Amino acid sequence: MEIAAEAVIALVKIAVVLGVVSLVVAYLTYLERKIIAHIQQRLGPMRVGWHGLLQPIADGVKLFLKEDIIPDKADKVVFVIAPIMVLVPAFVEYSVLPFSSTFYITQVNIGIFFILAVSSLGVFGIVMAGWASNSKYSLLGALRSAAQMLSYEIFLGFSLIGPLMLAGSLNMQKIVEAQSDVWFVFYQPLAFVVFFIAALAETNRVPFDLPEAETELVAGFHTEYSGMKFAFFFLAEYANIMVTSSVAVTLFFGGWKGISWIPLPGFVWYALKLGAIIFVFIWLRATLPRYRYDQLMRLGWKFMFPLVMANIFLTGLVKYLFL
Amino acid sequence: MFEVESSTRIERSSVMPGTEELIINMGPQHPSTHGVLRVILRLDGETVTDCDCDIGFLHRGTEKIGENITYTMFIPYTDRLDYIAAPSSNLAWVTAVEKLFGWEIPMRAHYIRSLVAEFSRISSHLLWLATHALDIGAMTVFLWCFREREMVLDLFETAFGARLTVNAFRLGGLFQDVPQKFLDLSQEFADLFPGRIGDYETLLTDNRIWLQRTRGIGVISADDAIDLSLTGPVLRGSGVRWDIRRAEPYAAYPYLDFVVPVGENGDVYDRYLVRIEEMRQSTRIIQQCLAQLPKGPVSCKVPRTIKPPAGEVYHSIENPKGEFGFYLVSDGSETPYRVRIRPPSFVNLGGLKKLVLGGLVADVVAIIGSIDIVLGECDR
Amino acid sequence: MPDEAQSNGQEEGSAPAAAQAPPAQDLRELVEREYAGTILEQSAYKDMADEATLVVRLDALPQVGSLLRDHPSARFRLLSDLTAAHFPAEERPFHVVYHLYSFDHNRRLRLKVKAHEGEQVPSVVSVWSGANWMEREVFDLFGVSFKGHPDLRRILLPEDWGSHPLRKDYPLEGRGERVYTKPRRKEYGE
Repeated sequence: MEIAAEAVIALVKIAVVLGVVSLVVAYLTYLERKIIAHIQQRLGPMRVGWHGLLQPIADGVKLFLKEDIIPDKADKVVFVIAPIMVLVPAFVEYSVLPFSSTFYITQVNIGIFFILAVSSLGVFGIVMAGWASNSKYSLLGALRSAAQMLSYEIFLGFSLIGPLMLAGSLNMQKIVEAQSDVWFVFYQPLAFVVFFIAALAETNRVPFDLPEAETELVAGFHTEYSGMKFAFFFLAEYANIMVTSSVAVTLFFGGWKGISWIPLPGFVWYALKLGAIIFVFIWLRATLPRYRYDQLMRLGWKFMFPLVMANIFLTGLVKYLFL
Repeated sequence: MFEVESSTRIERSSVMPGTEELIINMGPQHPSTHGVLRVILRLDGETVTDCDCDIGFLHRGTEKIGENITYTMFIPYTDRLDYIAAPSSNLAWVTAVEKLFGWEIPMRAHYIRSLVAEFSRISSHLLWLATHALDIGAMTVFLWCFREREMVLDLFETAFGARLTVNAFRLGGLFQDVPQKFLDLSQEFADLFPGRIGDYETLLTDNRIWLQRTRGIGVISADDAIDLSLTGPVLRGSGVRWDIRRAEPYAAYPYLDFVVPVGENGDVYDRYLVRIEEMRQSTRIIQQCLAQLPKGPVSCKVPRTIKPPAGEVYHSIENPKGEFGFYLVSDGSETPYRVRIRPPSFVNLGGLKKLVLGGLVADVVAIIGSIDIVLGECDR
Repeated sequence: MPDEAQSNGQEEGSAPAAAQAPPAQDLRELVEREYAGTILEQSAYKDMADEATLVVRLDALPQVGSLLRDHPSARFRLLSDLTAAHFPAEERPFHVVYHLYSFDHNRRLRLKVKAHEGEQVPSVVSVWSGANWMEREVFDLFGVSFKGHPDLRRILLPEDWGSHPLRKDYPLEGRGERVYTKPRRKEYGE
């Protein structure tokens, strides 16, 4: 009986999170279009609903109704599986995120580890998509993507070691609790910088959007995709932005914990911080040009790798000597 | 895996047993080939080992058309050559024909021609900057440039009633004087524009990523550039201080004060700086034209049917893209015997191979952008 | 007109009488000193200095070109334009025209060679690399072939276009010699 009740509660939670996340992700595209539009001194979507508020819904309907084209020479099975392989890990990661002190789907002792592990599955989907499309642009895009995501995952992982050393736990809840007094971003600014850059690269965002560099590779690995399969890639990209921003909030900005003298519920604090970080993602997109492939790799291995190693060493040293 | 048409020289070859170089087709429907240019690249990984251009998708036989219609009737056809800077093409044609006839053009017409030609340079350079920045991934510059380009096109509309294919000039001068509103709006634009150039530069000139993407990319020395007949900002980017407005002045340029900017290294970044500075200088020229604009007629006396003496002339002007010239052979009749368009984009594109070899695919996009081609005039 | 210019040029000296001498007289003498008999005609439209034209003997073109490019008093380093014109009535109907520019002296010069139908014009790609595409264009639109061109293919028209549209006998309408066989497209799934 108890197990059944727990299962029901868990399912409801999953449904709520899935629903909210899908909606937020859809509206993230709206937000991005609006913010970039205003940076570029135009209005963005204005026609569907008040100030274009229903635009994401209209886009969704359009993508659902679009013809689903599978290229003649594509590897059909892989071609169909690939977008699912990209989307599912992006959503699975939400299962361990603590949205407030009480609301989370599950609490795992290796929470952050789980996120890193699952997020690295996404690259398989991208490589599969590039390979199955049987198109040169897709293949080049997928190869770039694989190389980029695999190398930047290393920096992403290493940059998290600093805060984890301070928190002394891999459990997301405990990490947030450890930041009751001071957010880790103040202890670990270097780690945060590296994490943020690596997160941009992990999510294929400007200035690291080489895999889908429009002007070189047409649309990169999803050149041949249309309709709902394309929407899956799109959703996965934004879901990934949400996850990486959430990890940033949890590990560096104290999660749901706010400033004590302003009484706001935990999830509001969480949403505010998340929004601020996502805004920076979008802001960068409107500002920066794109790196070249070799420059991206050089930046990663020659600059960020030593930096993150030094950070780990320093954190360890300080912790050993003073704490 | 994919067949490449026999029309290309590039054939597959193996670098190592069991490996195959990738032949990739950029265009004619590719986001960053600026029209219907098709570039066939042979790649070793992402390094370009060979490059061939396939052009002619927009060939309309303009030179043949010119041989069969009168000198006046050809003016609108020149709009369709470099449609980004249509008044410049008009100017090249009318000055070439006027050289053939030996007419004296009134000063006011000269000044208005220079004024409009500089606006067309700004409009062309704005479109270049917009697309070039977008090719390298800077999206905002694209829209900011279009905001100002819109103002220039509105100016053309005020003066000539059309925005893109303006048909601005006539043989012997102008069709009619420009309205005062045009001059007022021009002044307004000239006062506002330098600040806007500053805006673009804030986003790009000192941007680390922009520098990494453009510095040392597509380098060509001055000697090589001359050898390849490159002209315009591409040549000036390599450090050759040659501008036809200065070397062989036409229209009102002998009376105007401006600087011819040159680069040092001949890379994509220098060509970017040269064009940015040219926009500033164009604004200066516009200010001077507006201040010095003389009163008087805008057209000399032109006979109803015009028949030039038999002979041949070549006249070229400094188009935003380079040397834009017309070689005219007249047999004394009402229609030209031979019309040759000297296209800057076509000739500059001929140097593309030298620029891209050894670079990466991403550089090809940047280099094509920095050459600034327009296919209407490349394919004619 | 060309004959007149030629006789004038031979009678008068070069430097002191420059005002009377036809344009490009000095260049003509320069070339004649090195390669005698290679300049066949000399003219200039309305005696304009920038319309000076020298008609060069067909086979001597690359040598004359290199000389004009490298000699310190000429330095025509920029091949500004290369084109052709078709005069069907003449004995040598194809006039290939080279527009040169000298940065050092800020002057222009037009070189011309006249070719028979089917005669090969020596390529100047070895002198000015920029001639590559322009010679291809002349080959494409006039059917003038260039000897020594590294890569002579059609450039603007399709590879299998049957004729050369800028020739004067090219019909403006109707079928004429405009032969174009549409390549067969591959069917879907073939």
